[in-house]
Amino acid sequence: MSGFAIVRDWLDERFGWAELTAPLRHKKVPMHRLSYWYFLGGITLFLFIIQVCTGILLLLYYRPSANEAWESVQYITTQVQFGWLVRSIHSWSANLMMLTAFAHMFSVLFLKSYRKPRELTWVTGALLLFLAMGFGFSGYLLPWNTLAFFATKVGTEVAGQVPFIGKWLLIFLRGGEDVTGATLGRFFGFHVAVLPGIATVLLGIHLLLVQKFGISVPPAVEKDFYLAPESTREMRFFPNFLLREMIAWYIALGVLGALAALSPWGLGAKADPFAPAPAGIKPEWYFLFMFQTLKLIPSKLWFIDGEVVGVLAFGAAGMLWMLLPFLERPQPQSQWARLLISGIGVFALAYIASMTVYGYMAK
Amino acid sequence: MIAKHSGVPTTRAFRVVGCRRAPLLALFVAAVLLALPAVAAPPQSTCLDCHSAMDGKLKITAEQYAQDVHAQKGLSCASCHGGDPASMDAMEKSKGFKGHIERRQIPALCAGCHADGSYMRQYNPSLRTDQLAQYKTSVHGKRLAAGDTKVAVCIDCHGVHGIRPASDTRSQVHPLNVAQTCSRCHADREYMKGYPVKGDEFAAYSSSVHHEALTVRGDLSAPTCTTCHGNHGAAPPGVATVENVCSTCHAFQAQLFDTSPHKAAFASAGLPGCVTCHSNHRILQPDDSMVGAGPQAVCTNCHSAGDAGFIAAGNIQQQLAGLQTAIGKSETILTRAEHSGMEVGQAQMELADARDRLTKARVTLHSFNPAKIEEDVKAGRQIAQKTYQAGEQALRERDYRRLGLGVSLVTILVMLIGLTLYIGEIERK
Repeated sequence: MSGFAIVRDWLDERFGWAELTAPLRHKKVPMHRLSYWYFLGGITLFLFIIQVCTGILLLLYYRPSANEAWESVQYITTQVQFGWLVRSIHSWSANLMMLTAFAHMFSVLFLKSYRKPRELTWVTGALLLFLAMGFGFSGYLLPWNTLAFFATKVGTEVAGQVPFIGKWLLIFLRGGEDVTGATLGRFFGFHVAVLPGIATVLLGIHLLLVQKFGISVPPAVEKDFYLAPESTREMRFFPNFLLREMIAWYIALGVLGALAALSPWGLGAKADPFAPAPAGIKPEWYFLFMFQTLKLIPSKLWFIDGEVVGVLAFGAAGMLWMLLPFLERPQPQSQWARLLISGIGVFALAYIASMTVYGYMAK
Repeated sequence: MIAKHSGVPTTRAFRVVGCRRAPLLALFVAAVLLALPAVAAPPQSTCLDCHSAMDGKLKITAEQYAQDVHAQKGLSCASCHGGDPASMDAMEKSKGFKGHIERRQIPALCAGCHADGSYMRQYNPSLRTDQLAQYKTSVHGKRLAAGDTKVAVCIDCHGVHGIRPASDTRSQVHPLNVAQTCSRCHADREYMKGYPVKGDEFAAYSSSVHHEALTVRGDLSAPTCTTCHGNHGAAPPGVATVENVCSTCHAFQAQLFDTSPHKAAFASAGLPGCVTCHSNHRILQPDDSMVGAGPQAVCTNCHSAGDAGFIAAGNIQQQLAGLQTAIGKSETILTRAEHSGMEVGQAQMELADARDRLTKARVTLHSFNPAKIEEDVKAGRQIAQKTYQAGEQALRERDYRRLGLGVSLVTILVMLIGLTLYIGEIERK
C-alpha cells in the first residue's frame, strides 16, 4: 500500500474522508465551445493564494510607519535574499488578479452564469471584486512613496465627497485631516487584517455556492444540448479539470515570474508630505475609469457639486451591478428583456475600457 | 526745490520762512491740510488737463501719471515743477513755477526728498538716502559736475512721469531690466563716442552665464550691470579691486585665490584677479577645458611648455577629467542597471557625493595647489569606483535573475508537457 493510501485510509477511518471528498469526486464540469472561460475563476483564486503567501513573507520585514515604511521596502528589495522577487510577484500578482477578476466577472455576465439559482454567487463575487479593489487601494500606500502618497490623498478626498458621511469617512480613512503616518497605520491594518478576514469569509461562501450549484451552462449551449442530447459532454472535476486548471496556473506562474524578473516593480522616491504633488498623478489602472470620469464631470451640476454627483453615480452603479441578477425576470422573457443585462454588460465593459485608455493617455 | 510737511507736498520756501513765522505758518499749513484730500490720493491737478492733450515729450496722461509711485504717494506735478496745480494760473512764476528742469539740476532736485532720511522714512523707511552722495562719486556724476550733460541722470534710468519702484517688474531698474536700461546708452556706439566704452558690453553680458541665470533661471540675485559696477555710484571696478567685487558672491574662490601663488604674480604683472581668466562681461560657464594646455585653456596665456605652471596645469586638468570620466562611467552603468529594473537608488545617491567632490575640486582649483585638488579628486574617484562596482553588481544580479527565470520557465514548460501527457494518458483509459 502506498503512503498516500495509508494516510487516506487513516483519515477516512477517523473523519470519513471518502464521504467528505465525495462531492469533489462526483463534481462534473460541462464541456463545450466556451468551457475555457471556466478557468478564469481558478486563476483568480490561484493569484489570490500567491498574494497571501507573498504578503506573509513581506510582513516579516515590512514596517508600517511613515519613517520606516519606504526604507523597509527598499531593504526588502535590495538586501533580503529574493526579497525583490517576493515584492515584485506580490505587486504584479495583485495587478494580474484584478485583471483576471474583471475578466471572470464579465465572462460570468456574458455567459449568464448569474441566473437563478446562482444570484448569491454573483453577489459574493461582486463583493469580492470590490474587496480586491480595497486591497489594491490600501496596499498601494504601504511603500510610502511619492506616487502612492498623493494618489491616496486624491483617493481619500474622493471618499470625502460622499454625502452626509463623507467628512467622517475621510477622517476615518486618514486617521486625521491629512494623509500621515496614521493613515499608513490604518491602511496597513485594513490590508493585512480587516480585508483578508472579510475576504476569507466571502471567498468561502463563494466557493461553497459554486460547489453547491455546480458549473453553469450558457443558455445558447443549453439549447444545443437540449436539441441534441447526444452532444452533451461533461468532464470530471477531479482530476481532469483540475489538471487542466493547473496548466493555467503554471502559465500564470510563468508570466508572473517573467514580469517580476524582467520588469521588477519599482519603489520610487520616498513620500515627502511637504513637497508639491507631482504633475499628472494617477491612481492604479483599475481605478482610472472612475478617476477620469470624476475629472470630466463639471464642478457644478445645477446646484450640486459635480464630484458628489460622480461619487453618488458610481455608488449607485456599484449597487446596481451587484444586484444585476435580480433585474432579470423569470422566464418567459421578451427578446429585449433578454438583451437588457447583456447590453448593460457591453456598455459597462466599453465604458471601463475606453475611460481607462482615456485616463491613461490624458495629461 | 521740493519741500514737504507731514506727507503733504508744499514748497521749501515755506520751510525756510517757517522758522521765523511759525505760528502764522502753522495756521496756513492747517488750512492747506484741511483743504487737501487724503494724502495717498493724487491731488487734483490742472496740469494734466492741458498736458494730456499735448504731443511729444509734453504729453502726460492722467493714466500714465497714476502709475507713477510719486503720484501714488500723493505728490503732484508741482512737487518737482513748482507752480499751483489747483489754480488756472498754475504756471505763474510768482507761484514758484519752474517749468522744464535742466538735466544738471535733476540729481539735486530728486535728492531734495531722496536724500532726506526723515522725509523718506514716512514712505519707505528701508530706502537708502545716499543716492546723491553716491552719484557724485560715479563716472556719471563726476562728468555731469564737469559740465557733460550727455551722462545719465536719475530720469535716464528711473524714467520720468511714470516712475515705478525697482521691485516692480515693469520698472526700468528692476533686476531683469537693468542691463537693457544701461544698454540704451552703453550699447550705442555713436552715443558713446569719446568715452572709454567699447559698446559691446551688453552683447557680451547677454551671452554670459550671469545673464542666463538671471533671465533663464529667473534668479534675481544673479549679477546684472549694477551688481558689479554699483548703481548710483556706477564706475568700473579697478584692477586691484575687481576680485573684491566677484568675491561678494564667489567667496570661497576668492579666499583660495588669495592664498594662491597667482595672487602676487597677477598683482606684480598688473593683471586683475578673476577677469584675467574668466573675462568680465562675457563670463561663460566655466568647464575643465579652461585648465591645462589645450586650445581652450587660459593657463597658456601666461605659462608656456616646460615651465612648472604649465606642467601643474596639465596635471590638474588630467585629474579633473579623470574624475569626470569615472563619474560618467558610473552614471552609465547605474542607468543601465536602473533601466533593467534594478534598485540602485543608494548607489545613485552616493554618486551625487562624487559630483559634489568634483565641484569642490573645481573650487579648490582657485588655490592653484595641485596637492589640495588631488585630495578632492581622490575622494571623488573612490566614491565613483564604489558606485561603479555597485552598478556591476546590479547587472550581475540582473543576469542571475534572468538565468533563474530561464530555468524556472524551462521547469514550468516541462511541467506543462508532463501534465498534458498525463491528462492524455488518464483520458485514454
